[in-house]
Amino acid sequence: MKEGYELIYQRPKTLTDTRMHYCPGCFHSTMHKLMMEVVEEMDLQENTIGVCPVGCSVFAYEYMNIDVQEAAHGRAAAVATGIKRIHPDKLVFSYQGDGDLAAIGTAETIHACNRGENFTFIFINNGIYGMTGGQMAPTTLVGQKTSTSPYGREPAKVGLPLKMAEIVSRFGRVAYVERVSCNTAANARKAKKAVRKAFEYQLQKLGTTFIEVASNCPSQWKCTPEESLDWIKDHVLPYFPLGVFKEPEKKEK
Amino acid sequence: MPQKGYVEISIEGCKGCNLCVISCPTDCLVLNTSDTNSFGLHYATLADEDKCIACLNCAVVCPDAAITVYRKIKSA
Ligand SMILES: Cc1ncc(C[n+]2csc(CCOP(=O)(O)OP(=O)(O)O)c2C)c(N)n1
Ligand code: SF4
Ligand code: SF4
Repeated sequence: MKEGYELIYQRPKTLTDTRMHYCPGCFHSTMHKLMMEVVEEMDLQENTIGVCPVGCSVFAYEYMNIDVQEAAHGRAAAVATGIKRIHPDKLVFSYQGDGDLAAIGTAETIHACNRGENFTFIFINNGIYGMTGGQMAPTTLVGQKTSTSPYGREPAKVGLPLKMAEIVSRFGRVAYVERVSCNTAANARKAKKAVRKAFEYQLQKLGTTFIEVASNCPSQWKCTPEESLDWIKDHVLPYFPLGVFKEPEKKEK
Repeated sequence: MPQKGYVEISIEGCKGCNLCVISCPTDCLVLNTSDTNSFGLHYATLADEDKCIACLNCAVVCPDAAITVYRKIKSA
């Protein structure tokens, strides 16, 4: 450090030194970082248990310097339910992609939310199956081209993109739902605040907390990281609006 | 000497995504396209330290947590 200056930001200690395998500019990395900053700031490194999915974030346990349990594809909500019920005073989160949470794991997601399981979902919605080659997800936008919708998603055949934040906010025992993004510095700051709020509500035992991230996948969207920000602004956010859908103090929208 | 603050960007930690460069309000970062790190990737670097205002934007958006930010201590 140069003399006369103070350190105001450095990589959180709750991230390991391991280089993340994610593609350049992928918000999986950004969210890992923001979540681990919150764990560090709340001094919960020794008291946090994450549950990670199958998908690009399958190796998240290599990067998050906390206890992590890997779940079978789609089953993170069931695994997190078990862990939280045995350890009600630990901070527990599930970290899942849209193929994991909203396709193969839809049943687990819906029922954990309906029961009001007191853990936090971090839902990384990049509108595609990143890991397996860019197939269409339930959240793929209408007209969006993927390897299994080469002419664009057709609602007449496969329905409209699932709005998970809106859906789970209707459950009586879900406490807090917000959709965030990391497409700008301002939005990334809001995403971190939302994670912090969700973790705090969980520690207050208020019910299920659910953060959906309007995420990106430059590699499978076949664009640069910068172009992925434009796609989010112009196409993703008009359909998947950011904001709080439910919060304990405020009544649901 | 930097006026308000400065950043250090880990050359090996950077993947050249360019997201910090476009988030910087004072345009003091650039992607160094004439060199690569050991992964064969271009990396971002502080081109004009006089312009950095230590706003943290770059550190907030950096996916790989490769940026460290320092702020000038205000003399009393
Ligand atoms: C039971 C089972 N079915 C299918 C797969 C193949 N598979 C692996 S990851 C994945 C989808 C991942 O997509 P998503 O959850 O959106 O995560 P991303 O990679 O985009 O982060 C699929 C279908 C599997 N591993 N196990
Ligand atoms: S394939 Fe997509 S989701 Fe997976 S690491 Fe690369 S950019 Fe991220
Ligand atoms: S701290 Fe702010 S002004 Fe300084 S390099 Fe980063 S984005 Fe630019």
